Amino acid sequence: MEFILQQCVNAMQWGSFYALIALGYTLVYGVLRLINFAHGDIFMVGAYLAFFISTAFLAPDGLFGFSRELTLALTIPLTMIFTSLVGVTLERIAYRPLMRRGAHRLYVVITALMCGLVLENGNLALLGASRKTLPVLLDKSVYDFGGIAVTNLKLWVILAAVLVFLFLQFVVTKTRLGMAMRAVSWDKFALPLMGIPLDSVIVFTFVLGSGIAGLGGMLFAMSYPVLEPYMGAMTGWKAFIAAVVGGIGEIRGAFVGGFLLAFVEVMVAAFLPSTFRDLFAFSILLVILWQWPTGIFGKPATSKI
Amino acid sequence: MLMKHMISFALTCVMTLFTAGAVFAGQTIKIGFPIPLTGEIPKVGESTKFAAEMYRDEVNAKGGLEVGGKKYPLEFIFEDNESKPETAVNVTLKLIDRDGVLAIIGPQSSRQAVPAGAVANDNETPMITPWSTNPDATKDRPWVFRAAFLDPFQAPVVADFATKQFKAKKAAVLFEISNDYSKGLADNFRDAWEALHGKNSVIAFESHGPKDQDFSAQLTKMIAAKPDFIFLPENYSFAALIVPQARDLGYKGHFMGSDAWGSAELMKLCGNACKGQFFSTHYAAAGATGATKEFIDKYNKKFGYVPDDVAALTWDAVALVAGAIQKAGKVEGDVRKTRKLIRENLASVKNFKGITGDMRFDEQGDPVKCAVIVAIDDKGDFTFKESVCPKQK
Repeated sequence: MEFILQQCVNAMQWGSFYALIALGYTLVYGVLRLINFAHGDIFMVGAYLAFFISTAFLAPDGLFGFSRELTLALTIPLTMIFTSLVGVTLERIAYRPLMRRGAHRLYVVITALMCGLVLENGNLALLGASRKTLPVLLDKSVYDFGGIAVTNLKLWVILAAVLVFLFLQFVVTKTRLGMAMRAVSWDKFALPLMGIPLDSVIVFTFVLGSGIAGLGGMLFAMSYPVLEPYMGAMTGWKAFIAAVVGGIGEIRGAFVGGFLLAFVEVMVAAFLPSTFRDLFAFSILLVILWQWPTGIFGKPATSKI
Repeated sequence: MLMKHMISFALTCVMTLFTAGAVFAGQTIKIGFPIPLTGEIPKVGESTKFAAEMYRDEVNAKGGLEVGGKKYPLEFIFEDNESKPETAVNVTLKLIDRDGVLAIIGPQSSRQAVPAGAVANDNETPMITPWSTNPDATKDRPWVFRAAFLDPFQAPVVADFATKQFKAKKAAVLFEISNDYSKGLADNFRDAWEALHGKNSVIAFESHGPKDQDFSAQLTKMIAAKPDFIFLPENYSFAALIVPQARDLGYKGHFMGSDAWGSAELMKLCGNACKGQFFSTHYAAAGATGATKEFIDKYNKKFGYVPDDVAALTWDAVALVAGAIQKAGKVEGDVRKTRKLIRENLASVKNFKGITGDMRFDEQGDPVKCAVIVAIDDKGDFTFKESVCPKQK
């Protein structure tokens, strides 16, 4: 029993990262009907930004010599702001010009893939291949609940994922801006006629999605402190799969999909030889998609890409 | 039609120039290095490059390597294998065909050395992989040698040491499934451990993929089986993630690593969690004497950190090749014939005194040499614990 509960905690933590990335995928898809394949690499950029910001602030090597608590408090918002700037820049220089010229969405998706590669290899060229490690910002303590080990960091990660989900759900369903976002996905051409600034809504979507990726990247770097340029690629793909299984375009879908994928992965490794982990995990997801081809929460639509 | 002919003529000219260049501009001695400058283990590539450059600069400062009464400068060609098997094959082929190197040194990890060894062997080019410990890299390949000991030797060393040091009876293993090195060593270790402690004494035998970052599912399973220690035949970048994660899950026991831990970057990435652990390796930098100490001091002065085992083994590999070239007595003329001479000279090395210990090659091209157990002390230095030598036949 303890064993299963411990594995559940493991899955909750791992699922939080999938959920944080999947939310970004789904947000952009929900508004633009565009799969932003660079999103996993924006997540990687977030982790690196957190590294640079925190080393710049932290005593004794940093420029400012701040304490750990202050550094942590400053790094979270700054990482989110800078990462969202990267996301918006991508939208401005890569996606918007293409869409303006009326390119088919497929071309924009391919452009997104290329942007991801540019980010990865740009990082490699700029910073070299040697791994970076985030300085310790939070004193780790291990709590033991009747044989189940949990660290404070893991609890923060899970809490962050839940809060971000609730926040996004609130923004999209309850605010005027959220209404505008839903309207964009409904009819892009009628929208300007109603006096809604299309570009601002799109930029806001990218700010939200990338900001969340930045937060995820930072928490990831704190939990798994070995940073490398390709760290976002695999995790990003898997999170995308999670978003699709949950029903892409649906906030709830991304959240549930992220945790579902993590649970399947962890439980397969827990009860079967770990060699088969990805094989079985993705076979199970395939079966889920057979049953619900548009994902668990997804609605049938004519064209998805 | 005429255009087509002209193009093919021009192409032929260029090709001839390339191949001719490789043969007749042979005033230098070319050695190729297909090494992991980027990818999973960039520090390994860096160490290789630094050690090789140091050797080259030292020889070239004296006017070059003396072969048959004439001095030739060394020319080392470094190619990035991206820590990928397929890239390793491509760059090795490029070094052999296009650059016309006399010998190959590298790749370092078995994951790249096993497939690249096949290329070198098929193209009859002598190759020394300094760091690969998987038997398949040299097995039945007369042209391929190595400077490191083998996993079937390393695994019992680890098993014996853990039995003695931790009084361990039950072991758990976590390894990378797609890595020949990690998988091979894990299998060898299981055999060695079960030979000592009986069947089913390896109570957890788990694996992970090449891009994984979270190991909590496997570790929870392993910790639940209550092992006396966990063996991690892993690259240092994985070890730095796995050890802290196991601590977070409440594991308080020992870890034991293999020679892939011995990178200068391990402590930077792993921090305090790795202190107090042991691993088997090729040499211990702290407390070295003689030529080994000289090498460490030179390297430290030039690059600012203590060389890891990769650097030391690369140095030995370069010295072995240089010795074989000198013995061949000539470098000009047919590259294929020179390569053949170099191979024969390597195979007949009797007692090479390297900085990682004395060695000679057995009939498979594997060295007969000692292993070292290293302890990571409180300052994060790798200190000598004990040395284990193969039994004399």
